[in-house]
Amino acid sequence: MSEYIEHDKDGVSVGLVEKRYFTFAEPPDAMILESNASLGPITIAYETLGTLNEDRSNVILILHALSGDSHVAGYYSEDDQKPGWWEIMVGPGKGIDTDKYFVICSNIIGSCIGSTGPASINPSTGNPYGFDFPVVTIGDMVRAQKALLDHLGIEQILSVVGGSIGGMQVLEWAVRYPDMVVSAIPLATTTRHSALAIAFNEVARQAIMADPNWNKGKYYGSEKPNLGLALARMVGHVTYLSDEAMRRKFGRRLQNKNDFSFNFDADFQVESYLRYQGQKFVDRFDANSFLYITKASDYFDLRRQHGNDSETEAFAKAKARFLVISFTSDWLYPTYQSKAMVKAMKKNNLDVSFCEIEAEWGHDAFLLHNERLSALIKGFLDRNLVELRKK
Amino acid sequence: MKETMQNQSGGLKRFDLQVIGSWIKPGSRVLDLGCGEGDLLLYLKQNKNVTGTGIENRESKVALCIAKGLSVLQGDINAEVLDYQEGAFDYVILSQTLQQVYYPERLLKSLLAIGRKVIVSFPNFSHWSIRMQVLLTGMAPKNEQLPYEWYNTPNIRIITLKDFRKFTRDQGCTVLKEVAINTNHHDTQGHIVSFLQDWRATYGIFLIGKGDKK
Repeated sequence: MSEYIEHDKDGVSVGLVEKRYFTFAEPPDAMILESNASLGPITIAYETLGTLNEDRSNVILILHALSGDSHVAGYYSEDDQKPGWWEIMVGPGKGIDTDKYFVICSNIIGSCIGSTGPASINPSTGNPYGFDFPVVTIGDMVRAQKALLDHLGIEQILSVVGGSIGGMQVLEWAVRYPDMVVSAIPLATTTRHSALAIAFNEVARQAIMADPNWNKGKYYGSEKPNLGLALARMVGHVTYLSDEAMRRKFGRRLQNKNDFSFNFDADFQVESYLRYQGQKFVDRFDANSFLYITKASDYFDLRRQHGNDSETEAFAKAKARFLVISFTSDWLYPTYQSKAMVKAMKKNNLDVSFCEIEAEWGHDAFLLHNERLSALIKGFLDRNLVELRKK
Repeated sequence: MKETMQNQSGGLKRFDLQVIGSWIKPGSRVLDLGCGEGDLLLYLKQNKNVTGTGIENRESKVALCIAKGLSVLQGDINAEVLDYQEGAFDYVILSQTLQQVYYPERLLKSLLAIGRKVIVSFPNFSHWSIRMQVLLTGMAPKNEQLPYEWYNTPNIRIITLKDFRKFTRDQGCTVLKEVAINTNHHDTQGHIVSFLQDWRATYGIFLIGKGDKK
């Protein structure tokens, strides 16, 4: 996911929010990961917005993508320059209405923005884990979120919502904890990466690992592999946009010049944009986290994990009502992948809605302001709340 | 035997949908093919407590339906109907769409597999005004219900009530109920035609079951 963090154009915001932490799996009760490695203690950073109602029926769990965090909306302080990453969707009267719903968003494990990840201190050595951090999966991330919800006393989630890698967690939640999940909104996502998606991730990872500063993951306290990470981010940004988006955004326009420089400076606007995005990213993200999270997304395979390689069987356990959304110009997780999951849901008699939203901005469309997307999500959530209360 | 249905329609504007709505038993599972903006599904949900799903291929209409709280899938009806379990629905509704279907035989077979009953409505091309137009002008007919030229019409199948009855016989299925209706030019009001149906009906509506009555 790219960053499109901006203030709400109408100035509507949930206001001040606070980042909290929950620590569990203290040894000897460490969490056994899918890889059979154990991890503990585990800290999860999370934020909550809105108010939990008395019958605890209004919980929305938002799951973030690769570079996101728990800061989904609102501001940390009065003079905070930037709101959370989905400010356009989450807030009073918005698609996910914080006047109605109690929103929880947690940072995934393996990340570097408050939760335990490769940059965290390994209690057995007193140094950062680095590459000693065990490989985590989407399933492990979801199990850690489940521990957080248990801690918060939440037994039922009205809706799990997320795009991209967040959408993978949505699917994992719906299949792994079917009795907890009333409804689910997987956005711009897939039940498993295509070879194309794995290929881009691998190029990005190789960029990091080829940086001499990466030093097999042991770079904390010294020079960081910033060149590699910036390059990895540039590759990512290409996959988040689309042919059309790039044509509209940049075309072949030159950056602050009228003619070619006949050297290797950033002549084209698209070059300059990618360099800027790459450089901006290294200030806020850890290269090892990038490696671990992209690997988790490549390993994610709902069919293999839950369905004996059958998409239909993978959804056999699910009970949620689904709203699946894809975007016309998303070439990272194209519509055919959403249609495959919709087909499997139908074969299981699940209640599913599907819309392919016309959007030119590629995979990133789910993060951008879109009246249609907000209206869809709002209508779907309201309906689920009404029907849950009827029961 | 004139039935009037204006007051029990509960917000349904199209008269043919009012008739179809009146046929659906409360609490049933319904699939509405080509559901448009979801008027019928919303009516059935609110008034008959049905579990409804719609299929619609236009993104803007799908979005409207979902925003109204309906379960609707964007897609082509011919492909989408293939994914459901056998007998997944009590009723499958194909209203005013049959005349646009490339393979009606194949589609009807699919619908009877996934639905216990199928409701089909279509414009009757043997209405007297259409017959007269062909007879007198010698040109392909055009009217308010079928406002297209021959070269840009989506209505590629010309069906009459008689044709459809024969079609159901040939397919070996059973007509459980049929009505012929005559509607005004906005299709909002109408009445059921029982005399000279083939000539006077603007639409036919059929409730079809699998062919095991014999």
